[in-house]
Amino acid sequence: MNRYHLLSVTKVVLVFILMACSFGSYAQSAEDKGLAIAKERKLRDSGWGDSTGEMSMILRNAQGNEVERKMRLKSLEIADDGDKSLTIFDQPLDVKGTAFLSFSHAVEPDDQWMYLPKLSKVKRIRSRNKSGPFMGSEFAFEDMSSFEIEKYNFKYLRDETFDGQASFVLEQVPTDNDSGYSKQIIWVDKQHYRLLKAEFYDRKDSLLKELVNYEFTLYLDKYWRPMRSEMFNEQNGKSTELVIHQLNFNTGLSDNDFNQGTLKNVR
Amino acid sequence: MKTLISLIAFLPTIALAEIEYSGSAAVEQRYFLQDALYPQQERSNLSVYFAPELYTRFNDGNDSILFKGFYRIDQQDTKRTHADIREFKWTHSGNEWQVQTGISKVFWGQTESLHLVDIINQTDGVESIDGEDKLGQPMVAFSLFKDWGSTTVFVLPYFRERTFSGNDGRLRPPIAVDTDNPIYESEDEEKNIDWAIRWQHTLGDWEVGLSYFDGTSRDPDFVLTTNELLESSLRPFYPQIQQAGIDVLALMGRWTIKFEGIQRKVIEQDFTAFVGGFEYSFLGLFNSVYDVNWLMEYQYDDRENLTNVVAQNDLMIGTRLVFNDIDGTQILAGMVQDLDYSNVRAGFIEASSRINNNWKWRLDAWLFSSDEPAEPSYLLRRDDYVQFSLEYYF
Repeated sequence: MNRYHLLSVTKVVLVFILMACSFGSYAQSAEDKGLAIAKERKLRDSGWGDSTGEMSMILRNAQGNEVERKMRLKSLEIADDGDKSLTIFDQPLDVKGTAFLSFSHAVEPDDQWMYLPKLSKVKRIRSRNKSGPFMGSEFAFEDMSSFEIEKYNFKYLRDETFDGQASFVLEQVPTDNDSGYSKQIIWVDKQHYRLLKAEFYDRKDSLLKELVNYEFTLYLDKYWRPMRSEMFNEQNGKSTELVIHQLNFNTGLSDNDFNQGTLKNVR
Repeated sequence: MKTLISLIAFLPTIALAEIEYSGSAAVEQRYFLQDALYPQQERSNLSVYFAPELYTRFNDGNDSILFKGFYRIDQQDTKRTHADIREFKWTHSGNEWQVQTGISKVFWGQTESLHLVDIINQTDGVESIDGEDKLGQPMVAFSLFKDWGSTTVFVLPYFRERTFSGNDGRLRPPIAVDTDNPIYESEDEEKNIDWAIRWQHTLGDWEVGLSYFDGTSRDPDFVLTTNELLESSLRPFYPQIQQAGIDVLALMGRWTIKFEGIQRKVIEQDFTAFVGGFEYSFLGLFNSVYDVNWLMEYQYDDRENLTNVVAQNDLMIGTRLVFNDIDGTQILAGMVQDLDYSNVRAGFIEASSRINNNWKWRLDAWLFSSDEPAEPSYLLRRDDYVQFSLEYYF
């Protein structure tokens, strides 16, 4: 073949090699970018210390019938590990006084105990049932657990505007095989890194639930918390609304408030 | 008396504090499936109970007083009509410690079918055949909460006698237990001061508890006596015992392993008993929200030739179905098979569900099968029953 032909072949080959490199680095940076956004989101919500709150869960079925659950939640941020939380149920009345203590972990299963006041018994429960419904609601146990980087593999998908806010759209795939989800698609706003919306896909990769957070309120000049969250089950038409009535930070909670001994005194 | 004075000292603070009032009440209809063994007994039995609770917290949440009362009226059995203070205690919490003074309820243990290490509270036997209902126990309990575990020391200054069915009740021996005339090994009888200590700790996926008790046995032996009028009487005998106990739970994936063991020193015969087994969970059966748990526990007691030991060489198998629905519906069904006598077994079913925020229904059934007079459950062979209850919570 003549010189010109060889040169153009070389050019084409070079262009291909360059494109392949840039595609390679693009795929690499989607995961990196996803992880970076998730880390920033976690960082923005770190250092809050402890909190005490009162909340309701309103369960609705497809016909519009509703039932309300009331509970109080105490949380303690733990350095280098998941949060400790204590949920005390107030309604329905037959479970009033029942308490649920959870030590969240990033990779290990959470340590969980249930206090049953009728039997004065503290029961250690397995946490592998993370995909099971929390109190019959559309929130699964794993949905109630704290957000930790190690629980997911992240990938940046695109930018999008949601509810008038410029957001990042990420895909997060749970690292735990016992998770009920194959993946989640989340919308995180660019300005404050708050979770605005999340789509949950079941093990068959079909859209199962959609979560939207509303009424973000700023605490301690730094931490944004949604006062209202709605989880809608696309497959059965049921929904659960989580409403926070009261939220206080720096309430003086310590490790001592989150152990089996003090669990029995909880009211 | 000292407790009373301490409480009175706090009264001004309490009067200003808020008192929470709550509790439950229920109507229970029991129906016995077979004709009774003894003439005074009936097939149908209605009873109601009322269990109020009062709670107040003061001194910045470091102190609290809890009152739990209980009152049952039974249609047939005057001995089953009874009242009790289940709890009336003052809790004072410090940093990593607490003191509880008064009448309280304490539960120790991990297994489902039998509670061997649970010794502090006396069983309110007349309430239910499963022995899960307890009478209030007066105590002073000091607890320490540390990284290496929770340790509690109990001083138990007063003994409660077990309750039993009267002549008009069912689920009893041929002669009703003579609860008015107990016999005590201790000279101080019910005022004998008992004490106990317990240590428990969480180690990763394991829960461990060690306990020791020294005092009047909560389990009575029975003595048949005849008086000068040749009237027979079945009197409960409460010996002095020292008991060491261990209870363990381990989470292993879908398996939960449970074990309890005791070693008891008692007049006439020291013995060892244990119960152990597992619970296996199928979570989200067939990709639904239902959970099914399989349970199996083996019960062993090394005493021989004693007629009031039920769990000598028995196997319990059961299943628990949790609907995970809005009403919290659950069904537990199982049976206990005696491995020494193949015709001796008992079956049980417990089902419950919420009706609304205040109301709940419950269904319980116990079925007894026995043609072996040497085995204690022979006494219950015609007392199979079904009970339907409506519970009200406020």
